[in-house]
Amino acid sequence: MSRSKVTLAGVELKNPVIPASGTFGYGREYEKFYPLSRLGGISVKGTTETLRTGNLPPRIAETPSGMLNSVGLQNPGIDHFIAEELPYLKTKDIAVIANMAGRDIEGYRVIAEKLDSTDVDMIEVNISCPNVKAGGAAFGVSCEGAAAVTKAVRAATKKPVMVKLSPNVTNIADIARAVEAEGADAVSLINTLLGMRIDIRTRRPVLRNNVGGLSGPAVFPVAVRMVWQVANAVKIPVCGMGGISTWQDAVEMMMAGATAVQVGAAIFNDPYAPVKIAEGIERYCEDNGIADISEIVGSVEPW
Amino acid sequence: MEKYTQGMYPVIRKQTLAREIYDYTVYCPEIAQAAVCGQFVDIAAKGHLLRRPISLCGIDREKGTIRIVFEVRGEGTAEIARINEGDMIDIIAPLGGHGFDLLDKSRKAVAVGGGIGVPPLVPIAQHYGKNITVISGFRSAGAVILQDDFTSAGAETILCTDDGTAGRKGFVTDALAELLEREKPDIIYACGPMVMMKRVAEAAQAHDVRCQVSLEERMGCGVGACLVCACRIKLDGGERYAHVCKDGPVFDSREVIFQ
Repeated sequence: MSRSKVTLAGVELKNPVIPASGTFGYGREYEKFYPLSRLGGISVKGTTETLRTGNLPPRIAETPSGMLNSVGLQNPGIDHFIAEELPYLKTKDIAVIANMAGRDIEGYRVIAEKLDSTDVDMIEVNISCPNVKAGGAAFGVSCEGAAAVTKAVRAATKKPVMVKLSPNVTNIADIARAVEAEGADAVSLINTLLGMRIDIRTRRPVLRNNVGGLSGPAVFPVAVRMVWQVANAVKIPVCGMGGISTWQDAVEMMMAGATAVQVGAAIFNDPYAPVKIAEGIERYCEDNGIADISEIVGSVEPW
Repeated sequence: MEKYTQGMYPVIRKQTLAREIYDYTVYCPEIAQAAVCGQFVDIAAKGHLLRRPISLCGIDREKGTIRIVFEVRGEGTAEIARINEGDMIDIIAPLGGHGFDLLDKSRKAVAVGGGIGVPPLVPIAQHYGKNITVISGFRSAGAVILQDDFTSAGAETILCTDDGTAGRKGFVTDALAELLEREKPDIIYACGPMVMMKRVAEAAQAHDVRCQVSLEERMGCGVGACLVCACRIKLDGGERYAHVCKDGPVFDSREVIFQ
């Protein structure tokens, strides 16, 4: 897989495909299908300062070509991640991206500090979770909030910092510029789009949380547009995600400006989706005489 | 390490058991070898992102087949029901970290099922044979399924319908209460609507009988990674969320916090 090796914010990935946070746990379940080493990296389930139990069920609703979720950052907390999950992942020959979210600025700082002394390869800062009341998206929807979180994390760690952006904003490029100015090494986008479904028989929202995050192929064109806008607005690399389910989608996302891609909802339909996408990208390079997949990043020629 | 299998497998038999209730036998030797009673399979529905979890109604290791019985409840299951004999079906299996605990077959068991919760009780009945009583409930005579399977397994059956058009009129929980007045089984299994399982669990507890329930919740990944299929469980005096796909789908009824 030499043609599809990429470097994202200084971290080498053997291919540009990363399962997205929240869709792949800590990889243990998918090791029962294939070795994790077939993937470039893994963005682990979002980790918070302490254990979070998450939202009441139902937490998922299917939508046309997609799904809504409202898990609510259920996770066992940063100390558990570092002690129990990270050592396992570090034996798997895969770049480990620690996705994390704080309740407040201080929370982000504390988690970043704890991660700094571990051997995670990169920190992905979630400022865009639509499913928790405090923190999460509250920071991601303003330039000031996004900048403040980035500044605190930057000061707490020397690890590469990638800030995950919310699409639920007026101008995502402005947010990207704000986090770049505070020292982010990369941005990843898009997180889920806030959505809602209602059961017309019961007149109740399908999700117990009323609203949730939309993902899946339905959001792909929105994600491509936003990645393209952000890639044109910042100098730091962009990790593109949102509805990618085939290698063709991944190539399209990279042409829009993504250095690497994350794959999420597609995994629920096909657990092998990230592997198939990685293999498809390599084959695409071979078939088209591309020596290095990075050549295509941002290569779209707009009209 | 246990493995999950995903693949396309041929449907070798399709039957309609009742209105909108289908019975598929699928040839998938590696899944049949690995599957245990109480587990489920996750089936892809053409045009839908999310798979549909369906519990196993039969596992035949010699023939290399599994059997699933499901009801069309929405567009996804309607799409699956369009798959015909000879077609391929896309399955991930066997799923579920915890199935039904089967005691020695000489022990006395009771299985209680409601509606489309009845199919996963068939392998239990086949295990216990004459030492099990299966109490199953349906809306009406037209919705009754699988009684022959229980009978041919040697089980004693008590059939209930809401309107009395087949078997006795009334709820399975009434039949269970009468049975528990007469005898004390070693274990009770239940699968069906949440309110039914709650009442079965209460009756089991009142008679100090062990009880296992098979839960259902909307799922995402089916393997324990996405954490959407949460159910409330008692643990160490407190409460936590377990996940139906990975920690279940079968739970000890005393652990479950019924809504």
